Amino acid sequence: MTLSRNLSWVMFGIVLSTNVHADGATIAQQGAGSVVACQSCHGVAGEGVAAAGFPRLAGMGASYLQRQLEAFAQGTRSNAVMMPIAKALSAADRKAVASHYASMPFGGAAAMQSSTSAPRGAAEPKVSVAPAAASASAPTVGMTLATRGRWSDTLPACEQCHGPGGRGVGADFPPLVGQSAAYLAAQLTAFKSKARPAGPMNLMGVVAQKLSDADVQEVAAYYAALPAGGAR
Amino acid sequence: MTPTQRLVLRVAVALLTIVAGIVAIGAFDYWGMESYTQRKLASLRQASPDVSAAESASVSARSPAASRDIAGDPPHAELVTPAGAASGVRAAFSPPSESQIPIGEFGDVIRRGREIFVDTGRAAPAYVGNSLRCVNCHLDAGRLAGSSPLWAAFVSYPAYRSKTQSVSTFQQRLQGCFEYSMNGKAPPPNAPELVALESYAYWLATGAAVDPKLPGRGYLALAAPAQVRDYTRGEQVYAANCAFCHGADGAGQRSPDGVAVFPPLWGPESFNWGAGMGRINNAAAFIKANMPLGMGGTLTDQQAWDVSLYMNSHERPQDPRYSGSVQNTRSTFHDTDESMYGRDVAGKVLGATGAPRPFKPSRVPAR
Repeated sequence: MTLSRNLSWVMFGIVLSTNVHADGATIAQQGAGSVVACQSCHGVAGEGVAAAGFPRLAGMGASYLQRQLEAFAQGTRSNAVMMPIAKALSAADRKAVASHYASMPFGGAAAMQSSTSAPRGAAEPKVSVAPAAASASAPTVGMTLATRGRWSDTLPACEQCHGPGGRGVGADFPPLVGQSAAYLAAQLTAFKSKARPAGPMNLMGVVAQKLSDADVQEVAAYYAALPAGGAR
Repeated sequence: MTPTQRLVLRVAVALLTIVAGIVAIGAFDYWGMESYTQRKLASLRQASPDVSAAESASVSARSPAASRDIAGDPPHAELVTPAGAASGVRAAFSPPSESQIPIGEFGDVIRRGREIFVDTGRAAPAYVGNSLRCVNCHLDAGRLAGSSPLWAAFVSYPAYRSKTQSVSTFQQRLQGCFEYSMNGKAPPPNAPELVALESYAYWLATGAAVDPKLPGRGYLALAAPAQVRDYTRGEQVYAANCAFCHGADGAGQRSPDGVAVFPPLWGPESFNWGAGMGRINNAAAFIKANMPLGMGGTLTDQQAWDVSLYMNSHERPQDPRYSGSVQNTRSTFHDTDESMYGRDVAGKVLGATGAPRPFKPSRVPAR
């Protein structure tokens, strides 16, 4: 009696825990109903496909990812592929799949072309203290915008919210490093044209309006070229 | 500084404070500062020192001139907010660009100063006791007009300060930053860290007139609030405009590798009760001009006043000048409506946390 009761609790526990994990992971790996598996476009390790402009999902903040899925579902963030997928998922599914990708390691197994196989921490640039004049080559526009901003235009540096090296902060400020230049530039352009909602407090809306098209290309190229290894 | 030297200094400061307090009745109007008398009268007008946050924070009785003071700063610091002006527009001076830092030994010292300024805990670990960096309150690496830029401060010293009631050199002013704002330890005179910061400030001020009224100096003071500052309204402003980055608990947010990207606004990792930013008028001016980051000027003056009161109505590390009694420390160093130190907020007296904790260098992760 005691044994079987204990056993049933253990079984119950297994069912519970597999359920919690299965939801997000199952959607990611196998899809759900009409929804194709996320990994078919975003990669087995959630690393994205740089050439196609499909973004990395692994290691992004949970509330950031969930907010994007909600925006696709409501149609406020426009994307022909993602809108029907997000709409087909229940609110619980969207939350589960967001947490699933948030819990995946950032430096996923399949590295993107931009993330070299540098050992952890070894190649991290000393971004916020980079001696500009000391280096032989002048800092690029992208590097300056990323690490210094342009305060004459009250434009903060990207890393003042997205963290040193663009490695992200908390659940709401996604890493920029590890994304492709194509994806980053497309998003900044979408923020500028208001095709993508500016998000909480209109933070990205304000920033994007201050970037020229050339700035967008420069800063996207800067982050795409940073090694993603060691982040998160 | 040896413990004995420190003790001697403390005693000297205490004596000076007492003497100056007696002498000061009515005398410091000369300096253009909020005079001791004004503050004393304001405090006497209050029925009780321990009233609720909203009531005690009233500044409506104070003269507009007094509210424009920048506490802790030298005389001639009153910068009147130009009507309808955004932060920093008034500034005529612009510091040299970073790429112009000279090559060579002096340039290295300047660059070292900049590094300390933007990455304080890592670059000057022996003197920093919290998670803050100089650049948190002096935006754009100390370059931004209206955000207490280093170039304007540099040409304003030596100067008399009401805080120390003596003439301070620029290095002494920097020591105060470490002791209060960084909740740390003052580097000894001519410590390499002070020399580097001084060199960086000197270089930023290249070509600036030695004129304490340099536009852009300090924070642009706000006019007195239309309504009595209110904690509950401030709480709402905070939730809507600040909490997303600084957290509902005011603790800020760190990057995965432990860097305090969004600075802690109160609590053990923030500045201590002796810091200038703990003054409601200073913080309100900073917030109005610079917050939310990149969206300065979007809060109304009233919102800035309310949220500043809210921010400074939370507990933070003890004032290093703590005398053993909160009310005694308040009457000596915080005898102004601009400080909530020693005031009762939600049944708790702010600052009633005992003696200052012994200095412990903040833990900044290695790169």
